[in-house]
Amino acid sequence: MQFGVFTVGDVTTDPTTGLTPSDEERVQAMVTIALKAEEVGLDVFATGEHHNPPFVPSSPTTMLAYIAAKTERLILSTATTLITTNDPVKIAEDYAMLQHLADGRVDLMMGRGNMGPVYPWFGQDLRDGIPLAYENYALLHRLWREDVVDWQGQFRTALTGFTSTPRPLDGVPPFVWHGSIRSPEIAEQAAYYGDGFFHNNIFWPKDHVQRMVALYRERFEHYGHGPADQAIVGLGGHAFMRADSQAAIREFRPYFDAAPVYGGGPSLEDYMAQTPLVVGSPQEVIDRTMAFREIVGDYQRQLFVMDHAGLPLPVVLEQIEMLGALVVPVLRREFAIGRPAAVPAAPLHPRVMALRAAEAVPA
Amino acid sequence: MSTGSSRSLVVVTAGLGQPSSTRLLSDRLTAAVERHLRDAGVEPSVSVVELRDHAQDLMNHLLTGFPAPSLQAVIDSVLGADALIAATPIFSASYSSLFKMFFDVVERGGLAGMPVLIAATGGSPRHSLALDHAMRPLFAYFNAAVMPTGVYAASDDWGSGEKGTDGSLVERIDRAGQELATAMTIREPRVRQDRYANPVAFERLLHGDPPPDR
Repeated sequence: MQFGVFTVGDVTTDPTTGLTPSDEERVQAMVTIALKAEEVGLDVFATGEHHNPPFVPSSPTTMLAYIAAKTERLILSTATTLITTNDPVKIAEDYAMLQHLADGRVDLMMGRGNMGPVYPWFGQDLRDGIPLAYENYALLHRLWREDVVDWQGQFRTALTGFTSTPRPLDGVPPFVWHGSIRSPEIAEQAAYYGDGFFHNNIFWPKDHVQRMVALYRERFEHYGHGPADQAIVGLGGHAFMRADSQAAIREFRPYFDAAPVYGGGPSLEDYMAQTPLVVGSPQEVIDRTMAFREIVGDYQRQLFVMDHAGLPLPVVLEQIEMLGALVVPVLRREFAIGRPAAVPAAPLHPRVMALRAAEAVPA
Repeated sequence: MSTGSSRSLVVVTAGLGQPSSTRLLSDRLTAAVERHLRDAGVEPSVSVVELRDHAQDLMNHLLTGFPAPSLQAVIDSVLGADALIAATPIFSASYSSLFKMFFDVVERGGLAGMPVLIAATGGSPRHSLALDHAMRPLFAYFNAAVMPTGVYAASDDWGSGEKGTDGSLVERIDRAGQELATAMTIREPRVRQDRYANPVAFERLLHGDPPPDR
């Protein structure tokens, strides 16, 4: 089981101080968060990709390559890579290059993006979201697996005799997750390819999460990739911790009340009841996360969002330290109990597997 | 032909007052539909949704993108119904914002082909065309089957007596109720499409079949 952090990279004013980080400060904060994730023993850092303010991470591979140079073990990933508006040829090239620079510590998560105007800004039509995700990924999948590609489709100029370089490290393409909150069509796509499915359940009630993951698992088996309980599932999570629950709620409430995603809406208490958000003690985060297994079965990757809504960097780093020291070690132990041996870990590049085996560090 | 069968009717009413004239109109329409269904040998099952009870949850849904469990149950009941009565007060020349908020969170395909009876209330008969210039286009957007007779009740209509003349409130309620009951009777019970059941093979999706709900 892998644990990590994912970040949307928002530039948000701290509602308690009125201070807003500069783009430079936010980019550096994301890097610092990634380094902290490795330092405290987390497995994964994933960055969002956005092409509009108030978000800074427009260029994930640039950031991830820089982090790769400063880390040893951390898996570098995305949440998400825009398979709709990026040229799949450029994704193939960029992430293969990142694989080489990061010694294989790379995977990525496909997503469709969160804002309508991004489509026309990149020459696409919002209404083509699903067909773009299908066609672009079909091409990307081939570019990493076939040395010479002849291809034509609806959305991109045709290719004849094209070779995407560099070739994937040791001939092994990066593992791909498909992320979707509300589209069964994407669960179907992930299942078809035998790729991973990530449900960013932080926005959705559990019965919806359950149906999406159940569909993915059922179709994973249908397409012959193995039994449903061996499909590769990832989930989001969302926490703010203090030793004392009341202190956590007191400190986080002003951030919740002003946050772009839920500010002005439900109360913190209602939101916690209806989504995986936990504001409380580390033990409450552990209990809540353990319950995810009852919803989706044994799964492979758990990412937490820790840095958003204007939380200052020192507080975020403290949160990640608590995650690494007090939460994840318990989750590793507890999730291992009763986990069938046949349930696989999230796929890693063979080089990373070999390194882990040599270190005898549990994956 | 439908003897012994049953049909479900959901009534969505956006009145704000307690008591509310919109609810009063909804109840009269519901009774008319039930009467005509029973005359046709069809047993109605009716549930009434007061949107006021879900006002906070509707706003929260718009802000967060997901419904609270009680609102989800209401949306599910509407999507699963065989027919709908939709009633709103007319505010500022159109349906109320509360009414619109609900239909802003109902998925578009969910009402396709559903018989819908539209109804509205207002202080003055001068707003009656809001039924046809605001409510009817809204349900046309959903591809719903809107009944020819919509019922608008101004304050004065509640004093128009038991029978009244042709076109009175009582007569219009009866006519609209009959239209909806007939539409429900001649249709098979609706089967709600489950987006998670019977997935289309990916090869077909990839090679051009448009996915549902585009």
